[in-house]
Amino acid sequence: MKLRFSAQDEQFRAEVATWLEQNLGGEFEEIRGRGGPGDEHMLVEERKAWERKLHQGGWTCIGWPAEYGGRNATIEQQVIFNEEYARARGPGRMGHIGETLLGPTLIAFGSEGQKQRFLPPILRGEELWCQGYSEPSAGSDLANVKTRARFDEEAGRWLITGQKVWTSLAHESHYCFVIARVDPQSVGHRGLGFFLIAMNQPGVTVRPIEQLTGTCEFNEVFFDDAVCGPDDIVGAPGDGWKVAMGLLGFERGVSTLGQQMLFNNELDEIIRIARSNGAARDPVIRQRIADAHVGLRIMRFNSMRMLSGGTSDGSLQKEAMIYKLYWSTWHRNLGKLAMDVLGPESEILDSGPYGLSRMQSMYLFTRSDTIYGGTNQIQRNIIAERALGMPREPRG
Amino acid sequence: MEFKFSEEQLMIRDTADAFLAEVSTSAAVREAMATELGYDPMLWQRMCEEMFWPAIHIPEQFGGMGLGYVELVAMQEQMGRYLLCAPFYATVCLATNALLVAASEQQKARYLPAIVSGTTATLAYTGSNGQWDADAVEAICTREGENYVISGNYRFVPDGHSAQLLVVAAREPGTRGEEGISLFVLPADCPGISRHWLPTMDQTRKQARLDFDKVTLDASALMGEVGQAWPQLAQIIDLATIAIAGDQVGGAQQSLDSTVAYLKERVQFGRKIASYQAVKHKAADMMLKVEAARSAIYYAACIADEFFQGGELSVELPEAASIAKAYCSDAYFHNAGTGIQLHGGVGFTAEYDIQLYFKRAKSTETFLGNASYHRERLARTLLDGSDLL
Repeated sequence: MKLRFSAQDEQFRAEVATWLEQNLGGEFEEIRGRGGPGDEHMLVEERKAWERKLHQGGWTCIGWPAEYGGRNATIEQQVIFNEEYARARGPGRMGHIGETLLGPTLIAFGSEGQKQRFLPPILRGEELWCQGYSEPSAGSDLANVKTRARFDEEAGRWLITGQKVWTSLAHESHYCFVIARVDPQSVGHRGLGFFLIAMNQPGVTVRPIEQLTGTCEFNEVFFDDAVCGPDDIVGAPGDGWKVAMGLLGFERGVSTLGQQMLFNNELDEIIRIARSNGAARDPVIRQRIADAHVGLRIMRFNSMRMLSGGTSDGSLQKEAMIYKLYWSTWHRNLGKLAMDVLGPESEILDSGPYGLSRMQSMYLFTRSDTIYGGTNQIQRNIIAERALGMPREPRG
Repeated sequence: MEFKFSEEQLMIRDTADAFLAEVSTSAAVREAMATELGYDPMLWQRMCEEMFWPAIHIPEQFGGMGLGYVELVAMQEQMGRYLLCAPFYATVCLATNALLVAASEQQKARYLPAIVSGTTATLAYTGSNGQWDADAVEAICTREGENYVISGNYRFVPDGHSAQLLVVAAREPGTRGEEGISLFVLPADCPGISRHWLPTMDQTRKQARLDFDKVTLDASALMGEVGQAWPQLAQIIDLATIAIAGDQVGGAQQSLDSTVAYLKERVQFGRKIASYQAVKHKAADMMLKVEAARSAIYYAACIADEFFQGGELSVELPEAASIAKAYCSDAYFHNAGTGIQLHGGVGFTAEYDIQLYFKRAKSTETFLGNASYHRERLARTLLDGSDLL
C-alpha cells in the first residue's frame, strides 16, 4: 500500500497548477469560484470564453485518447487535474457534459463520422451539450422513457416527440443526447435509441424549472417532431440502453477529489464561522464538526482506494458502490450543520427578495444531492442487490 | 497511487483467514471465553510456532518478520472477524508497540526475541478514573537510591491477569496530565504485584486489575527518560488505537455477512426476508459503514508505517488514529446492533453469534476512548487551534 502519487504525477500537478495560476486571472478573475451548484446559470459568456482558453492550453478533454485531441491522461492525472482545478477555484465547467459524458460515449460507441463531426467542437469548447434522460415518468425508473423517435422514411430523418426534465444548461447547449423509444410496442430498456439532437430548431422548447432555491438551473425540454439526422443515432436503433448505460460506466471517480476540495472549503468556512460566533464552544456542535471532518477525510481515503482499483479483475469494487450514498449523505448533513452553526443568522438572507448566502444556498442544494444521479433509496437497492446478492423485490 | 493490498499482503490476510476459520470457530470461541485465562494455550503456541504471528512487525534483527503495520492491521481485521480469543492484541499491539517505540536497544534485545517465541505481554497505564489520555496514569513512581518504586492500581488492563511481561506507566508524585510520566518494562511476577481477573460483559477480551504495592525496580527497567515518557506513551496509544480499529472492522464485516446470510435463509409472508426493501436498506447502510471504516483503518495503517519509517506523514498519526477509532467504533456498534435487529428473535438468543459481536463492539468501542472522545480530540485541533494531538 502506498499513499503517494508518483514523482511523475507530482510533476504533472505542478504543471497544471502553474498554468491555472498564470491563466485564471485578468479577465477571468471574476469567474473564480463561480458557476457551481446554485450558480450554474451565472456568468455564462465569461465561462464559455474560459472553456476556449482551457482548450488553448490543452486542458480540455485530457482523458481522451490523443487521436481525438486528448492527452491520454491516466486516471491519476485526471484526478490531479480536477483537484488542482478546484484548489485554484476554477469556475464550474460549461463543457463538462460533452467532455465527460458524451465524448467518451462517442469514442466507445460512435461511428467514425460522428466522432469527426462532434468531438472536435467539444474539444475546442465551442459546442456545449446537455443530457436528455429523465422524464416526468422516468426518474429512478429510467427505462420507463416515453419520448418517441419515429423514422420519417420520406424525408430520411428521425422525428422526436416527448418531454425531458432536469436538463441542466439546456438553454445554453447546442446539442442534447436523448434516449427515446424507437419501437412503440417496446417496454423497459428494450427498443430504445440514443439520439444526438440539435437544440436550435423549431421542434425544441426549453422551459426553466424554478427550484426551492428560487433559481433556475434545470429545465424541462419539450420535443415536438424535433428533427434528428439519419446519421445522428449512436449505435443501432434498439441499442439505446446499452449506449446510455455504457456512458454511466465512464464516470470513474476522477472528479471525486476535486469535489472533495470544494467540500473542504465549505467545512473550513463553517469552522471559521463557529470560531467567530462562539458556536465552537458548544459541545454538541464540536462533536458534529469533528464528525464532518472524520467523514470528509474518510471520503478521501475511500476515493484513493477506488482510484487504486482494489480488484484487478475489474469486478465490482465495494468502495466505489458506496461512494454516491456516502458523499450525498455527508454533504446533506454538512448543510444542516452550517445552518445550526449560524444560529439565528441562518435565516437572514444576503439580500432581498431571495438572495441566498453561499451557506444557505449550499444548505438548500444539499437536499438534491441525495436525489439526483440515483436517489439514496435506489443506491441502497443497488448495494443490496449487486454487492450483497439480496433478491430483487417482486415488481409491480 | 497504490492504496490497495500488495500480493504479499493479500497472502498474509488470506492465510490468517484460513487459519482462523479452522481454529477460531464459534465453538472454540465459546469454550475459550468461558475460562478465566480466556484463551487456549495450545492454540497460542501454534500461533507463535507455526504462524509466527507475534513476530509480525518485530524487526528481523530481534528475530521478527520485519513486516509493516498494514500487515498487522490486516491480521487484526481477521482476528476481529473471527472473535479470536488470544493474547495477541495485548502482546503485539500494546506491549510490542511499547517496546518498539520506547525501549532501549538492550531492552529490545532482551524482550522482543522472548515475545517472538511466545512470551505474553501487555501494557498497563490506566487507573480507575475512566480516562484514556495522560490523566489516566494514576500509579505513583518514586525514586529510592538507584531504584524506582511503583505503587498504585491499574484497571481495564487487557489480559493483565495472565501476561508474563508488563509495560507500565507511572507518574512522579504531585504531577498531573502529561508531566512526570515514566514507562517501565518488568516481568509480571515481580514481588509486590497482585493481579485480579475482572469478569467482563464481552467475554472474548479479558481485562484485569493490577495492584502494585511498592514494586521495586532497578534502572534497567526504565524505558527512556524518567518523567518524560508521555510523548512515547501517546504514540503507543495511537498505534494501539489503530490496531483495535482493525479488530472493529473485521467484526463489523462479519456482523454484516452473518446477518445477510440469515436474511437469505429466513422466509416470512412467503418470501425470503432479504427481498424486502426495509431490510435491504439496513443491510446497505451496514455495508457503507464497513467499507468506509476499512478505508479509514488502512489509511491509518499506512500512516503507522510512515511513523515507524520516520516518514513525513508520521505527523498525521494522532489524527489518523482518532479518525479510525471514531468511525470504526460507531460502525461496529451500528452493524452489530442492526444485526441483532435483523436477526429478529434469534438475534436475542445466546445460540447465534451476533450477540458476541454486539458485546465485542461495545468493549472495543470503550477501550482507548469511544467515538465521542476521539471526536473531541479532533475538535480541539480543528476549533481551538491546539496541537494537543
